[in-house]
Amino acid sequence: MLTLTCPCCGVIAEETEFAPGGEAHLKRFGPGSSDDEFEGYLFARKNPKGVHFERWRHAYGCGKWFLAARDTNTLEVFATYKAQTTEPPADVIAKIKAKRPDWEGYK
Amino acid sequence: MSTRLSKGGRLIDRAKPLAFTFNGKPMRGFAGDTLASALLGGGQVMVGRSFKYHRPRGIVASGAEEPNALVGLGRNARFEPDQRTTTTELFEGAETTSQNHWPSLDFDIGEINNTFYKFLPAGFYYKTFMAPRAAWKHLFEPIIRKSAGLGGVPKEADPDRYEQVYAHCDVLVVGGGVAGLAAALKEGRAGKRVWLIEQTPNWGGRTPVDGGQIDGHDAQNWIDSALVELSSMENVTMRTRLMAAGLHDHGYVIGYENLADTTPGDGRPRHRLWRIRAGHTITATGAIERPLAFAGNDVPGVMLASAVRDYIVNWAVSPGDRTVLVTNNDDAYRTALAILDAGLTVSAVVDAREETHGALAEAVKARGVRVLEGRGIAKVLGRKGVSGVEICAQAGEGGAVEMIDCDCVAMSGGWSPVVHLWSHCGGKLTWDDARAMFRPDPNRPPTGADGTGMATVVGAANGDLTLSEAMGGLGIGAASEEEAPLAPVWMMPAGAPDALRFKSFLDYQNDVKVSDVQLAAREGYESVEHTKRYTTLGMATDQGKLSNINGLAILSDALGQPIPATGTTTFRPPYTPISLGAVTAEAKGELFQPLRRTPIQSWHEAKGAHWEPVGHWRRPYCYPKSGESHRDAVNREITNTRKNVGMLDASTLGKIVVKGPDAGKFLDMLYTNMMSTLPVGKCRYGLMCNENGFLMDDGVVARLDEDTWLCHTTSGGADHIHGWMEDWLQCEWWDWKVYTTNLTEQYAQIAVVGPKSRELLERLGGMDVSKETLPFMKWTEGKLGTFDARIFRISFSGELSYEIAVPASQGLALWKALMAEGEALGVMPYGTEALHVMRAEKGFIMIGDETDGTVIPQDLGLNWALSKKKTDYLGKRAQERSHMTDPNRWKLVGLETLDGSVIPDGSHAPADGFNDNGQRNTQGRVTSTYYSPTIGKGIAMGLVLNGPDRMGEVIEFTGEGEEMVKARIVDPVFYDKDGEKQNV
Repeated sequence: MLTLTCPCCGVIAEETEFAPGGEAHLKRFGPGSSDDEFEGYLFARKNPKGVHFERWRHAYGCGKWFLAARDTNTLEVFATYKAQTTEPPADVIAKIKAKRPDWEGYK
Repeated sequence: MSTRLSKGGRLIDRAKPLAFTFNGKPMRGFAGDTLASALLGGGQVMVGRSFKYHRPRGIVASGAEEPNALVGLGRNARFEPDQRTTTTELFEGAETTSQNHWPSLDFDIGEINNTFYKFLPAGFYYKTFMAPRAAWKHLFEPIIRKSAGLGGVPKEADPDRYEQVYAHCDVLVVGGGVAGLAAALKEGRAGKRVWLIEQTPNWGGRTPVDGGQIDGHDAQNWIDSALVELSSMENVTMRTRLMAAGLHDHGYVIGYENLADTTPGDGRPRHRLWRIRAGHTITATGAIERPLAFAGNDVPGVMLASAVRDYIVNWAVSPGDRTVLVTNNDDAYRTALAILDAGLTVSAVVDAREETHGALAEAVKARGVRVLEGRGIAKVLGRKGVSGVEICAQAGEGGAVEMIDCDCVAMSGGWSPVVHLWSHCGGKLTWDDARAMFRPDPNRPPTGADGTGMATVVGAANGDLTLSEAMGGLGIGAASEEEAPLAPVWMMPAGAPDALRFKSFLDYQNDVKVSDVQLAAREGYESVEHTKRYTTLGMATDQGKLSNINGLAILSDALGQPIPATGTTTFRPPYTPISLGAVTAEAKGELFQPLRRTPIQSWHEAKGAHWEPVGHWRRPYCYPKSGESHRDAVNREITNTRKNVGMLDASTLGKIVVKGPDAGKFLDMLYTNMMSTLPVGKCRYGLMCNENGFLMDDGVVARLDEDTWLCHTTSGGADHIHGWMEDWLQCEWWDWKVYTTNLTEQYAQIAVVGPKSRELLERLGGMDVSKETLPFMKWTEGKLGTFDARIFRISFSGELSYEIAVPASQGLALWKALMAEGEALGVMPYGTEALHVMRAEKGFIMIGDETDGTVIPQDLGLNWALSKKKTDYLGKRAQERSHMTDPNRWKLVGLETLDGSVIPDGSHAPADGFNDNGQRNTQGRVTSTYYSPTIGKGIAMGLVLNGPDRMGEVIEFTGEGEEMVKARIVDPVFYDKDGEKQNV
C-alpha cells in the first residue's frame, strides 16, 4: 500500500485515504473535435512500465485533486504536485531525469 | 520414547503444572511449555497422520517451520483446526485432537494410501480420474474431498473478538534474537523511534540454547542486560508474540499479535492485527534448519537436530533415549553435546562428509561418541516410531553396512536464512555456494517511496550463521566455536534408488517426495513455479519453510542445472498463517460499513418500517400495518397519497450548493440543459451525463440567488456528483470562480404529496403556499409554523406536492407536526416503493432503473432536456458518435400487459432468429415494472427497438416460467397525461 503526500494539505497518508483518477494531463476534446481526437481523449491511455503521471484525490482528507509522478514498476514516487497545470512542472521533470537518466521524457 | 527430564528446562516453570488432553487422554505439562514440548514430555511421539498417504507423523521442529504436528484445538465454536503445536503455548484445560485419520490415530483406514503410493504420484488428479466424466463428480471427487484436507471446520460463529491497530516508527526490528536485540540497541541509542517485535514469547532466539560469548559476557547475561537497557528507552517499543506477516509497499508491515490464545473466553481481543508503517525495516529473522532427504525421514522420532537440543535445553524434554545424529555440517554436533549433557545417549553421529575435524566434532569424539564419516542413512526402521537406522555409504546406493538401534534420529542438512520479509516486496537473493543457501543480496534491496532500500537484514537471516559472524556484522565482538564447511547433501545416499526415493520426503505437510519432484522434471516441468503447483511442493500451511531449498536442489539436479538457475518460488505473506478473525477485526455486523441515518429515522423505526438499502442509507420501503403484507401496504400508501395526502422522508436526496460568479457557466457544462437562464426563485429539472454521453444523474435545480444554485441529486449519487463537480473545477476549469459544497446532511427534506397537501401546510400556517404565490416549479422561504423552511413546488408523483427543507435539527419535529396536523386529513407516510410506483405511473425515469450506464437521454425521449443552444456540455460530443445517433437504438416506451399481470423484473422481448453466439435475438427489455393500484393492473416501462414508432403493437416478454407475457406498446405516461393534478 502506497504512501503519498498531498501537495494541497501537506499530509502524508496511506493509499486508502486517496482515490485514484487515472492518467494525468489529458487534453479534453469536446464538440467540433474529430472522431480520432475524441477517441484518444476518451479511451487511449498510456500504460507504461516505469515513469507515469497520475491523478489522485485526497478523498478522505482535504478533498483536493492532485497529480503524482510515479514509477509503476518500483513504486517510487518522484513527486506529487498540484493539479492546476497542463503538463508536469519543470522541477518534477528534472527530478525524474536525475533519477532515471534513460527516461524518454514527457510526451 | 520421549520423556520429561527430571531437571533443567530454561523456559518451563515446574511450580506451575498445567493439565490438558490429547484425543481425550489427560496429560500434564508446565507453564512455559508449547503443546509440542508438553506432548513429547508426556511420551506422545506420534501426533498425527499425513495429508495424502496417512503416514504416522511426529514432531519434526521446534518453531514456525513445523509441518506435521498440527492439531485441532478447543471445542465447538472455539474449535480451531491446524494449530501448530510447536508455536502454540500450553494452557490449563487445553483440548487437543490429532487430525487426518479415521477412525483413530493408531488405526487409520486411510493408511491404505501408503500401500498404493505408486498410484498416487505427483499430478495423480490429472492422470487418474480422466474418464468417465460423470465418475469424477459423483465418485472420485467426493472420496478425495473426504480423505484430503487437514482438520475440520467449526460450525458455529467465532465468539471471540479481534482488533486492528496502526503503529508508526522510524525503524522496525523484526526478530528478538541477539541480532535483533543488538540492532534495536544501536537504533535506540541513536534516538530513533524503534519497534522491536518477536514472534515467540521469549527474547534471545537460539543463542541461549546454542551458547557462546557476546561482548565478553556469557550470551544469556548479554541478552539480559540488553533487555534492561532497551526497556529503559522511551523511544523503544518491545512486543513479544507479535509476528511480522509481510513487508509491503513503502514500508507497510502487517503484524499479527497473539493476545489471549491461552485464556480463551476471558473477554480480551484474541488477536490483534498491526498495520505498522516503518521508515526502515531491519529483519533479524534468523535461519531455519533443513532436513535431510533419506528414506523414512518422516517416521515419528526423526527430528531436526536443532529441535532435539531445543526440547532438551528449553523444556527439559528428551525426544529419545538413544539418538542417532545425522548431519552434513558442524553445527549439528551441538545437539550431540546437549544430549550428552542431559545424560542421554548418542548412539552414533553419521556425518556425510568424508572427514570431520571441526572443534565441535572433536569435542563430541572426545566424549566417546562414534562418528561415522562419509556415511549416510539408507533407511529408518520403524513405522509409528523409530526403532533403528540402516547405515550406508553416502556416496553409494544405499547398501546397508550396519544397523544401529535408536529411538530418535536428529538430522541436519544445513541452514536456510529466513528471507521472507526481504523478498515480499522485491528484495533479491543471491546463492551462496559455500554454504549452500540463498541469502539476501544487499545490492538489490526492496525499495520504498523514495527509491532507496527500505530494509536491511542482520544476523543469521543475512546468512551470518555463526554467533561471531552475526554479531560481528553489527560491530559487536562475539565468540563461538569455529565450524568446518558443510557439504551440500540433497539426497541421502547420493545414489539412492527408486525404492528409497519413494520414501524420502521433501514437503512433509503435503507428502511430496524426492521421486515426485524428479517425476515432474521428467514430465517437462522446468519452471520451479510450475513444479511447485504440479507436485504441491511448498503449498501447504508451512509454505515450504522446511524443505523448499531441498526441493529446488532436487529439481535443479534433475534438470542438470545449478540451483541459482532454478531460483526460488515466490515468497508470499503471511509468514505464518493468521486468523481470519484478525483480518476482519471489528469490520463486521453493524460496523461492516457505516449506516447513514436521516433526522427522521427514529420515527420510521418506531413505526416498524420495512427497510430498503439505498447507498449507505436505509430508507423505509413501506410502513406495513399489523397483519398487512408489504404489497398491500404499498398499495394503501399510493391510494391514500393520490386521494388524500402522503408524506415521504426525502432527506437522503443529494443537496449540493454551487456558488460563484461562474456558477451558471459551470452548471451549463454539467447539465444537458440550460441552468444559467433559470430565474431566481424557480426550479428546473436537469440531466447530467458523463463524457461517454451516458445519463448519470438527474434532479431538480433551484436558483437561490444571482450566483447560487442548489442542485438536487439522486440519493445514491450525491457524493459521486459532488466529487464529479470538484474534479472538473479543480482539474479542468480551475480558473472558473465557483465553489461547491455538499449540504445533503445539513437539511431534512419532507415531501408532502397529494390533493390535500396544500391544506396540510396551511394548517401549520405562517407561509403563503397558494397556487398564485407558489406555483408549480417555484420555491419560497419563510416560517412554516415555527419551522425555518424552504419549500419547493416540485412533484415526482404527479400530484400537488411540496418538498419542505428545514435544518436537520428541525426535521423530526416538523415531521411530527405535519403528522399531527394531517391526521384529520388522513395523512399517511409512504415509502420508497410507493414513490417508485407513483413515478412509474407518471412515466418519470429513475436513474438505475431506466439507466444502466449505457443509456443516453435520447433513448429515454428526453430530447427536450438537451439544450440546442449550448455549444458544449459534458457528454455532448459523445452523443454525436455514430452508435449514439443510430436510429435503431432501443427507446423508452410504456408497456401494458393484455391480461393485466405484472411483467417480471428483468424480462426481455425475444425477436426472431439467433445472434452469432447462438442466443435468441432480442428487441427490448423491461426497465421498471409494477402493479399500479391507481390503474388497477400491471404497468411497465421498457427500452424497445424503434419503440416510439410502434405504439399499439403487441410484443411478447419472457415470463416467470415458459409462458410468455403479451404487452402492448403504449405511451409511458399512464396517469394524468396532461399534468393537471400537479399544477393545481
